[in-house]
Amino acid sequence: MTMETGGQPSTAAPAIELKGISKSFGPVQANKDISIRVMPGTIHGIIGENGAGKSTLMSILYGFYKADKGEIFISGQKTTIPDSQAAIAAGIGMVFQHFKLVENFTVLENVVLGAEDGAFLGPSLAKARSELTELAREYELNVDPDALIEEIGVGMQQRVEILKALYRQADILILDEPTGVLTPAEADHLFRILDGLKAQGKTIILITHKLREIMEVTDTVSVMRRGEMTATVKTKDTSPTELAELMVGRKVLLRVDKKPAKPGETVLDVQNLSVTDDKGVERLKGVSLNVRAGEILGIAGVAGNGQSELLEVLGGIQTATGSVTVNGQPLDLTGKLSDAKSRRARGIAHVPEDRQREGLIMDFKAWENTAFGYHDDPAYQSGILMNNHAIREDTEGKIERFDVRPADCHLAAKSFSGGNQQKIVLAREIERNPDLLLVGQPTRGVDIGAIEFIHQRIVELRDQGKAILLVSVELEEILSLSDRIAVIFDGKLMGERMPNATDEKELGLMMAGMSGANSEEVAL
Amino acid sequence: MDYFTILQIVDSALRLATPLLFACLAGLFSERAGIFDIGLEGKMLGAAFFSAATAFATGSVWLGLLAGIGASLALSAIHGLASITFRGNQLISGVAINFLASGLTVLIGLSWFKLGGQTPALSGAARFSGVDLPFAEALSGVPLIGPIYSEVLSGHTILVYVALLCVPLSWYVLYRTRFGLRLRAVGENPAAVDTAGISVIGLRYSAILIAGVLCGLAGAYLATGLGASFVREMTAGRGFIALAALIFAKWRPWYALYATFLFGLLEAVSNRYPSVDLGFVTLPSQFMQALPYILTVVILAGFVGKAIPPRAGGQPYVKER
Repeated sequence: MTMETGGQPSTAAPAIELKGISKSFGPVQANKDISIRVMPGTIHGIIGENGAGKSTLMSILYGFYKADKGEIFISGQKTTIPDSQAAIAAGIGMVFQHFKLVENFTVLENVVLGAEDGAFLGPSLAKARSELTELAREYELNVDPDALIEEIGVGMQQRVEILKALYRQADILILDEPTGVLTPAEADHLFRILDGLKAQGKTIILITHKLREIMEVTDTVSVMRRGEMTATVKTKDTSPTELAELMVGRKVLLRVDKKPAKPGETVLDVQNLSVTDDKGVERLKGVSLNVRAGEILGIAGVAGNGQSELLEVLGGIQTATGSVTVNGQPLDLTGKLSDAKSRRARGIAHVPEDRQREGLIMDFKAWENTAFGYHDDPAYQSGILMNNHAIREDTEGKIERFDVRPADCHLAAKSFSGGNQQKIVLAREIERNPDLLLVGQPTRGVDIGAIEFIHQRIVELRDQGKAILLVSVELEEILSLSDRIAVIFDGKLMGERMPNATDEKELGLMMAGMSGANSEEVAL
Repeated sequence: MDYFTILQIVDSALRLATPLLFACLAGLFSERAGIFDIGLEGKMLGAAFFSAATAFATGSVWLGLLAGIGASLALSAIHGLASITFRGNQLISGVAINFLASGLTVLIGLSWFKLGGQTPALSGAARFSGVDLPFAEALSGVPLIGPIYSEVLSGHTILVYVALLCVPLSWYVLYRTRFGLRLRAVGENPAAVDTAGISVIGLRYSAILIAGVLCGLAGAYLATGLGASFVREMTAGRGFIALAALIFAKWRPWYALYATFLFGLLEAVSNRYPSVDLGFVTLPSQFMQALPYILTVVILAGFVGKAIPPRAGGQPYVKER
């Protein structure tokens, strides 16, 4: 199962070598006999679906878990890593998916935390400041050392995490799903940084479920499936299709297979919609659009340009000015009937962008979650009480039809993987047979197998003649799913494109605020 | 109200603010590390009793002080065990400490001294006496400034000065040392501290042990400095007022000084003027005595603007993967 990886001569000792690592949690075997060699000065990708055991393996490497069996070698030396302190000492730095930063500390304080030079802060901070300048010059890692973490964007925060690792003299950098929160431009910048680090001889392990990133930046890639390392191959010798197959264990359609749309009557008509938030900032500036029955309108844009507010207004959790009609009837945008319940009564279903905060209550059971928003349904009532039996039965049906795994409606929402959580939300909203479905980030944090399933369900709903408004920051998703694409920038629509008459480059320019009409000039 | 009366009120406010200041700083260290400390009251009460009892038995106020700190530390350790090691609910653990201290002090007091839960009156070396600052006598004649020095600043017990010194010291420790940086970090995001290779548990225990020492000082001062014996329930909600002051102070040492001084001032005013005649209405003594508590409620109701507590406050740290 072990293969030579990387471009360096095979005589060099691997930066990291794992031999026969196994780890189980109770009856669940998260890692089975995993062996891997990562050569110094390479970028090694580890790809696999959620729950394949990638994070467990990296947690073992960073001292969060102790492996039941197996050995770890760092640069040829047998090493034990009982805690994070030991991992840091062994030259391993980790950038977690959820950053481990203190929000109201400055960048400098976060970098220094845990790596101070003595009992007093003054000298430590001064030393870190000069070293940060050095690192920034060397690796394009520019961050204002005195900025507060809560006041800088996620892309910057990630740079702070990388700087933290480098400040601790890490030679091996592990990044867990680093692009999940980044815009395409930020992701590209990150990859440039990683290339720079590699050129300086650092070893990088990139954990992701995005095939495109693997193909773009890695030298070698290992595939994990159900706790096992199924293959390690050179990136240039493989293809996305092959990797996807190795990950899922069967053939996967990377493009959505769909028939041309047959748009009917206009279902949603939005005219001159504007939203001003609590701080007085105008988030939407006179947006007009329409969605017809049997079509998917995709809204492309970098997060934070007003697409969230658009969904919130239509979903009834934000007030606005302008006019909106659904099936020809006006929607109440500010008054008594501007709440989510009234929206549902009008045949609008809403799959919110942040399913863990707005779509589900994580500590509640799956069956409880499927009733939310529809708890007034007469079928769920039994006198003045709720008919829990009916809700559970209904949920079991939904679980079966949407292939939610594990198929147990008594589990808390937080016990499901991201993809299965999303299936629960989708099942709840789609099965109400809405005229208009609002979907935000349908596949954020969802693994490949589930992405395919979710896309198919959305297309199926369209084919039944429903109108769908899709908001996603994933351009690939917008391009493959939409029948029409509108680009939003700074609260305004930059223009509409047909998916077969545009590409990522043009959309990317529009997302950055360059007018669509001039895009050709810009491209020249 | 003449100048001299004002000085006397301020002088008394300083004495009354001292236990609040100790307790407030205790809460500050604990909560900055992410551990809510409702048990300040109980720790002060326990410390007050054991310091008075020991001072009476040995005749030495210093041994009394040590015993008070010891008692408070023991209660802190219980809080730590319940809320850090066993990840229990910090509020419940704190409430339990308050009940424990309230019952235990009276029970032991009855059994040892048979005075209805009180300790015998302390005198001489069994009490902290006032310390005259240098030149207090000589400077008292200087107009305006002189009396401030000799009346207000001089003549307090040593613990008053210790409390005042604790303010810049706490500030320095929190903002200028490695320990302080880590302590503040662990109250905001323990995961960041953990992944940086520092022990979350170790830091949190250090914080509540500091809180234990400070509460011990507060309790000992109540029984052997401000008062001259332990009286049942003698803390009279000061632990909770200190918590209110902590919120008022937005978890910062210098603000803690100002906030606790304000509470001390109110108490001093109500002691000095049991009832106040405003001309059209006479404020009854009950109202005056209730003033600090009324202010507490007003502060807790959020009239002080936005106070952001440490983000990880109250949550036991469970390592995620």
